[in-house]
Amino acid sequence: MPLLEINDLTLEFGSGPDATRVVDGVSLTVEAGETLCLVGESGCGKSVTALSVARLVRSPPARYPRGAIRINGRDVLKMSKSELREVRGRLVSYVFQEPGASLNPVFRIGTQIKENLRLHRPEAATDEEVVRLLKQVGIPAPEIRARSYPHELSGGMQQRAMIAMALASRAKLLIADEPTTALDVTIQAQIIELLRDLKREFGTSILLITHNLGIVGDIADRVAVMYAGQIVELAPAHELLRRPQHPYTRALIRSVPSLGATPERLVAIPGAVPIPNALPSGCRFHPRCPEVREDCSRQAPALSEVGSGRLVRCPYWDANSEVRS
Amino acid sequence: MNLLEVRRLKVYYPADPGLFSSVRSTVKAVDGVSFELEMAETLGVVGESGCGKTTLGRAIVRLVEPTDGEIWLEGELISTMRGAELRSRRRKIQMVFQDPFGSLDPRMTIGESIGEAIDIHRLASSEGAKQERIEALLADVGLTADQVGRYPHEFSGGQRQRIGIARALAVEPKLIVCDEPVSALDVSIQAQIINLMQDLQQRHGIAYLFIAHDLAVVEHISRRIMVMYLGKVVELADAGTLVRRPKHPYTQALISAVSVVDPDSKRQRKILPGDVPSPLNPPPGCPFHPRCPVAEARCRTEAPSFREVEAGHWAACHLAV
Repeated sequence: MPLLEINDLTLEFGSGPDATRVVDGVSLTVEAGETLCLVGESGCGKSVTALSVARLVRSPPARYPRGAIRINGRDVLKMSKSELREVRGRLVSYVFQEPGASLNPVFRIGTQIKENLRLHRPEAATDEEVVRLLKQVGIPAPEIRARSYPHELSGGMQQRAMIAMALASRAKLLIADEPTTALDVTIQAQIIELLRDLKREFGTSILLITHNLGIVGDIADRVAVMYAGQIVELAPAHELLRRPQHPYTRALIRSVPSLGATPERLVAIPGAVPIPNALPSGCRFHPRCPEVREDCSRQAPALSEVGSGRLVRCPYWDANSEVRS
Repeated sequence: MNLLEVRRLKVYYPADPGLFSSVRSTVKAVDGVSFELEMAETLGVVGESGCGKTTLGRAIVRLVEPTDGEIWLEGELISTMRGAELRSRRRKIQMVFQDPFGSLDPRMTIGESIGEAIDIHRLASSEGAKQERIEALLADVGLTADQVGRYPHEFSGGQRQRIGIARALAVEPKLIVCDEPVSALDVSIQAQIINLMQDLQQRHGIAYLFIAHDLAVVEHISRRIMVMYLGKVVELADAGTLVRRPKHPYTQALISAVSVVDPDSKRQRKILPGDVPSPLNPPPGCPFHPRCPVAEARCRTEAPSFREVEAGHWAACHLAV
């Protein structure tokens, strides 16, 4: 049984004819010890999907007309408040883009970590454990830093403190939503390395949301690419980067300049991401697709299996070529 | 003749000492930066937050006053000019900002925003000529004439950045200082804007000072790249050379830190320890020495000079060969 199993998740804001569907039938799994990257551009539904795992999207206005989110086999969409409290922190922990906004500004870092320990591992709620956790995430002088307030720490250190909090509760699943986007490049590399260590040492499962395909290459076991509320491709990371099958994935990879090997001209994707209540007919990517065919505007393609563990939402996937040939 | 020459430019800010402190100190945001920029060239400026790259760009367009040093534009010393004299030169240097929404007046249609720039510099002889020019500018950046009466909020991020560029182009500048022009945009849109900027350079012969933290983007668009650390330039070279054979350990670490899409890349990553030090209290000697993997005793006491290690390849490191 996978640790996390999202099945046909559908999320709407509002109700009736005005409802805006932002997630449409998303299914994915995260196995124990696995890192799954959820990739997509702004507005594709990746963040709300991730927030739904611990029911962090206020509902209403959010509604889940279909689907299930099972953690260890139990559906969080059907849980009571007290059951959800059990899931939050103990099973699932979050790390967000802005660590400064996720830490409480009026409490010392150590106090906040200790509070988390008291909630989830009361027997370990000691100063020694707090220092040990800070040390584990690579914070120098942890005894002193435990007494610091969040604003006294740099962005990278704040993000480490957030990860220490996730470790405090020994959460099985760490959901990291663009954890390095607000950080400098050298600090970004440090945090990615730390996440890799976590996975190696504790077997923590990671659901990492990012728009950066480079990070995918650094850390992901598998990748799900989202576009306009749907998964358009899901594959092992190496396969996806090496032989992307969906035209959107291919276009995304081509549109980023890569260091030391950039062509004269980038291949841009024309147009912009559609808004959720004005989706194109047929395939949602067809107006921007460089490989569009006549019936793409009529037939909404299904997500179909095209190889072991590979799913693609494009009937013409096999007409592909390698990105770097 | 170079289009722009910057000599020993310094921008110092008095640091806020806090309510109860009597210590007065200064932040050396830009500390003795020199470089040249040719006509229609793109010079990339990279560095992490707090390195002074944004302040450098703002000082060149005179949005902040330089503390010391010289800025020469087409052979004229503009850093000491004031009033009308400065205003007439200002037209030649424009700026494009990171946040295309924050830099457009939400109460003005985009036609008015672009027209305002034309009016200020009296670049149109009549109202009709102005409208014609606005429409031509919109077409130039890939927008259509019928969008002229719309407001900024009606556009997507990528379109707004196009408007920001059209506004900069309106006054026929020689140089556009671009401060993180694509970092707020989605990846698929970034490529559109980068391509547009390259096309415009070809068409109008504009030079860019392209400030960004994304080394891959900077390498793609620039002819030469300048790397900044704590207010100082630590390396300057041709884009390809800098990326393939960096001389300064900081540049080497920056390049190594970039995540690459290629899953088969077998490179060994060098992960730099620590944070960028506070510019309020920079380390003595070489400012990079506390994080430097190869620092020696003299690096802790003696500031390295910025020297030409190879033809056209400059670095500020005692150990660079």
